[in-house]
Amino acid sequence: MDCVATGGNVKVLAKAIHSLSRIGEELYLESLEDGLALRSVNSSRSAFACFLLSPLFFQRYQAPSDQSFRCKMPIKSIQAVFKSLASLDRSVEKCRIQLDSEKNRLTITLHCKHGLLKTHNLSYQECEGLQAVFDKESCANVLQAQPRLMVDTVLHFPPSLEEVNLSVSSDRVWLRNHVEDDADSSRAMMTELCLSSEEFDHFAVGTQTSVTFCLKELRGLLVFADSSGLPVSMYFDEPGSPVILSVTDSVLEANFVLATLSEDSHPKKNHVNSDTKHPDTEQPPDDFMSDDMDSFLIAMETSELPVPSHVPTSPPRPTSNRKHSFSEEEEEEALAEGPPNKKFCSLFFGSVLPTPSQLPNQTMQSQEVLASDSEDENQTETS
Amino acid sequence: MPLSTQSQADADQYILIASLDNARNLSNILKAISLRDHAIFNATQNGLKVTVEDSKCLQANAFIQAEIFQEYIIKEDAVGFQVNLTVLLDCLTIFGGSTVPGVCTALRMCYNGYGYPLTLFLEEGGVVTVCKINTQEPEEPIDFDFCSTNVTNKVILQSESLKEAFSELDMTSEVLQITMSPSHPYFRLSTFGNSGNAHYDYPKDSDMMELFHCTSEASTCKYKMSLLKPSTKALALSCKVSVRTDSRGFLSLQYLVRNDDGQICFVEYYCCPDEEVEEE
Repeated sequence: MDCVATGGNVKVLAKAIHSLSRIGEELYLESLEDGLALRSVNSSRSAFACFLLSPLFFQRYQAPSDQSFRCKMPIKSIQAVFKSLASLDRSVEKCRIQLDSEKNRLTITLHCKHGLLKTHNLSYQECEGLQAVFDKESCANVLQAQPRLMVDTVLHFPPSLEEVNLSVSSDRVWLRNHVEDDADSSRAMMTELCLSSEEFDHFAVGTQTSVTFCLKELRGLLVFADSSGLPVSMYFDEPGSPVILSVTDSVLEANFVLATLSEDSHPKKNHVNSDTKHPDTEQPPDDFMSDDMDSFLIAMETSELPVPSHVPTSPPRPTSNRKHSFSEEEEEEALAEGPPNKKFCSLFFGSVLPTPSQLPNQTMQSQEVLASDSEDENQTETS
Repeated sequence: MPLSTQSQADADQYILIASLDNARNLSNILKAISLRDHAIFNATQNGLKVTVEDSKCLQANAFIQAEIFQEYIIKEDAVGFQVNLTVLLDCLTIFGGSTVPGVCTALRMCYNGYGYPLTLFLEEGGVVTVCKINTQEPEEPIDFDFCSTNVTNKVILQSESLKEAFSELDMTSEVLQITMSPSHPYFRLSTFGNSGNAHYDYPKDSDMMELFHCTSEASTCKYKMSLLKPSTKALALSCKVSVRTDSRGFLSLQYLVRNDDGQICFVEYYCCPDEEVEEE
């Protein structure tokens, strides 16, 4: 593998890496025919990001001849290569990434001004590919906005805020901080922003819906988008399906896939090769919450997060499928994103939407029935 | 100015008086060698030499010529004492780091001789502070015996390019390896850290390279990162740096520093090579 990036693209590459560092601890690098893929996933597998740099991004792009090359390395070590971000475009003329398979080293050479040459030989680990399954096209709702709009919006939320709730109607978008039901509601600060559809470059709301996802991981993409000036597209469906944020231009495509809290208050994982299963909601919310925390704790202690051995071929999850059958072996892999908060979500959701008739069936159902029968809505999972 | 109202009698007792209109011209350069708490002061007719040593392997010297001072009076051939450098720097910057142009701390440094404290009169905006810092018996600085005849390789670089390299050095590496060679890579800084190794190469024809003098042999020496990293402070202040190694592998780094008033001072670092068991 041998690729060369020049000029301003070196900084873009560096920014992509810094952006990925906000997601996970490791950088997965894959050299494909289509281009260079840089990916990262967080420890709880609830956030996945991928930057695909097409061969045109590079001055020279040479994929490995025999098969695609895949490796992973601690993201900090590659970040150190591009440490001084501010001076990159001033000092670096060319960046060359080469693979030395004999010595198991990835060599990154920065050709800088004044003849200075910086060579970094980084050790890596061979690994299997990392790919989340998602389908932007199948999402009912698509929004596109200038990065400035999103950055300015997100600015209103405290940096410590974990989760944010995004609700859409036919002509409006609301962004609120997500507060846990059990949190002391008298002390919690609630922030709500309402944006009209006119503020967006593209506003296509198929179904009025409300999704809750982690804001922290989103900020990584926003920083990248803001500096590149490219519009950010959001693809999402109903709660439980991941929200996909995308930044594209002719030579690069970035996708951030974030899990959302599902209607039954279980966070749905990105379908990272392993089907995520969650315990049934048969107990009343209070007991259930502690159960979930237990499984979360068990999972944290015992799980060795699997790296997928192949790109899963299962179709995108059917939209009405809300609950999964409990499976023992999978329990260890399922990690809760946060304590379930079903009651709060439903209530709030109900109070905001003006026309209940437009709500999809299952939402109304879950509003009335706190714990529904899993058998009714279950569809066979393909493994 | 309040400092000049000192009685003449007092002034007669001092064997060393050094005054500066801008104390930063001294404090900045002392910060560049502040590796350790204790500094050995050696004042002569030529000026002030301040030495700091670390574990007998590293020595940093700052030279402030007599011409830099607005007033420099020395009544003996050589005046030597040792003070706590951290305390001295705290005193010199006692009025805080004011970067308002035109506002600076004036200094009058006085020393009575053996056994007496070092007295500092500092004034800013009409406020005068008097500091008396206890002095100790000066230790004899190590003589690294670095003379020009033993120098095998010498390189003079503009600090700008080295500053970037030093700020990016992989701190997980225990050593910094310096290679100087008549052929490629000419001048190379290498680190060997947890994530892999890194090399910074400066070609001899780079416009950052003011002088490149290398004997027929290439020399590669390793130095402990922990010893050399503090030299970054001196590098940050300097505009040029000379890197020399001698036949024993000892390293000499000399920094040309311009102070606030554009005057030139020198800082130098001497470092022993890291001797370790030869590993293949």
